[in-house]
Amino acid sequence: MLKITDLHAEIDGKEILKGLSLQVNAGEVHAIMGPNGAGKSTLGYVLGGRPGYEVTSGSVEFDGQNLLEMEPHERAAAGLFLGFQYPVEIPGVSNVQFLREALNAQRKGRDEKPLSGAEFLKLARAQADALSMDQDMLKRPVNVGFSGGEKKRNEMVQMGIVDPKLAILDETDSGLDIDALRIVGEGINRIMRKSDKTVILITHYERLLSYVAPDFVHVLSAGRIIRSGGPELAAELEREGYAGVVA
Amino acid sequence: MNLLAVPTRRDETWHYSNLEAVASVWPVQTEVIDVPAGTSIARVIVQDAATDTVAIRDYRVILREGATATFHVLNTGGSFGRVAIDVTCHSGAHFELGGAMLGTGEQTLEIVTTLNHIEPNATSNQVVRTALGGRATGSYLGKVAVARHAQKTDASQSVKAMLLSRTATANAKPELEIYADDVKCAHGATVGELDANALFYLASRGIAPAQAKVMLLGAFIGSVFDGIDDPAERARVEAAAQAALERLL
Repeated sequence: MLKITDLHAEIDGKEILKGLSLQVNAGEVHAIMGPNGAGKSTLGYVLGGRPGYEVTSGSVEFDGQNLLEMEPHERAAAGLFLGFQYPVEIPGVSNVQFLREALNAQRKGRDEKPLSGAEFLKLARAQADALSMDQDMLKRPVNVGFSGGEKKRNEMVQMGIVDPKLAILDETDSGLDIDALRIVGEGINRIMRKSDKTVILITHYERLLSYVAPDFVHVLSAGRIIRSGGPELAAELEREGYAGVVA
Repeated sequence: MNLLAVPTRRDETWHYSNLEAVASVWPVQTEVIDVPAGTSIARVIVQDAATDTVAIRDYRVILREGATATFHVLNTGGSFGRVAIDVTCHSGAHFELGGAMLGTGEQTLEIVTTLNHIEPNATSNQVVRTALGGRATGSYLGKVAVARHAQKTDASQSVKAMLLSRTATANAKPELEIYADDVKCAHGATVGELDANALFYLASRGIAPAQAKVMLLGAFIGSVFDGIDDPAERARVEAAAQAALERLL
């Protein structure tokens, strides 16, 4: 599904990723954990194609294509979804309008017919229901006035609607209370726990992993994956802290 | 505004104009709209003249006691496009303006308003949104003059401009001339560019850059035309604004 080889990337001339390699296959859930400043969010942004993040060497292959040559919107159409740590507020654009444009743009990129307004609304309502999001929030401007938890839930509604192959979720668990964490965790499982899909969870904490059980856990430190293991590695990190494992 | 001589750079309200273009159509006709006491009028002005033409619309509005005028202006056509509205408010009158200027290439666009509050209790509210690409210039000049006895005047202006290229220019010039001591005159002006975070967020959901910009600019122009009562008229102006936005990118 995704093969990252010796990836180096920098922002403003400062190297953040320093030879990161990682392979993830369909049907797997991977967790990437690591201390602040390790490069976790940078990895997400580089894979999403955020302007300002420059790849200096290495390669990223997504479903047999060179991901780094694709524009951000083309990556989305190809099936990559980036869940934001801080979802952006867009005043004046309603959630419904945003999501419909997004879905139909992706469908167009895949030579599929656009959904009609009625078809789309049915889909959006079902996804909002599944994530216990108030229907009214679909009509409100994107993320404007949403609480931290509502923004993250809205990210999951978006993910459910665009139905990606690969989801990279950057600290989707931050800012969530216990109930919201469970709802979001169940959402990730429902939408993405399938044999043809892959999830990369970027997180600080083990708690999300008790809802979304990872198959693999990786420790990212100073721009590289320094250790990989099974779910037991997350428990070890929780017990001993990054300092113990990184040392 | 039947000036005899062609305006020069020294004329305050023509300071940012394309004077060569102005001279080519001078003198301009002024349409006088006298609104009787207690009545109201609404005007929708879509200035979408061909790119190589000069379009100057000049209005003089007299609002008698308790009268209301609502103007909606889309100023987007011509090499030089100007919409000027001179308003005189008698007691308790109200003037409302929702304006948008959308320009690109070498266009020079301007909305110029003069609000003369000559009697007490009159109100005015002006909202203008400008988006400019290419080497276009967009100017809003808004003068509010409150006479000595025009107490309880409440006049507000909100002016925002969005620059889509480094070579575009936006001018915002609020001008207050107040001789009364019990009035409220508020004005706010900003010039900015599209939010890079929002553009990336839209792109990350599959929306191509040009479409993302149209969405954000549509939101920025936003509510300017909401106050048009006739739904068909509103749809016509919004469609024209949408087409103009797509031309900017």
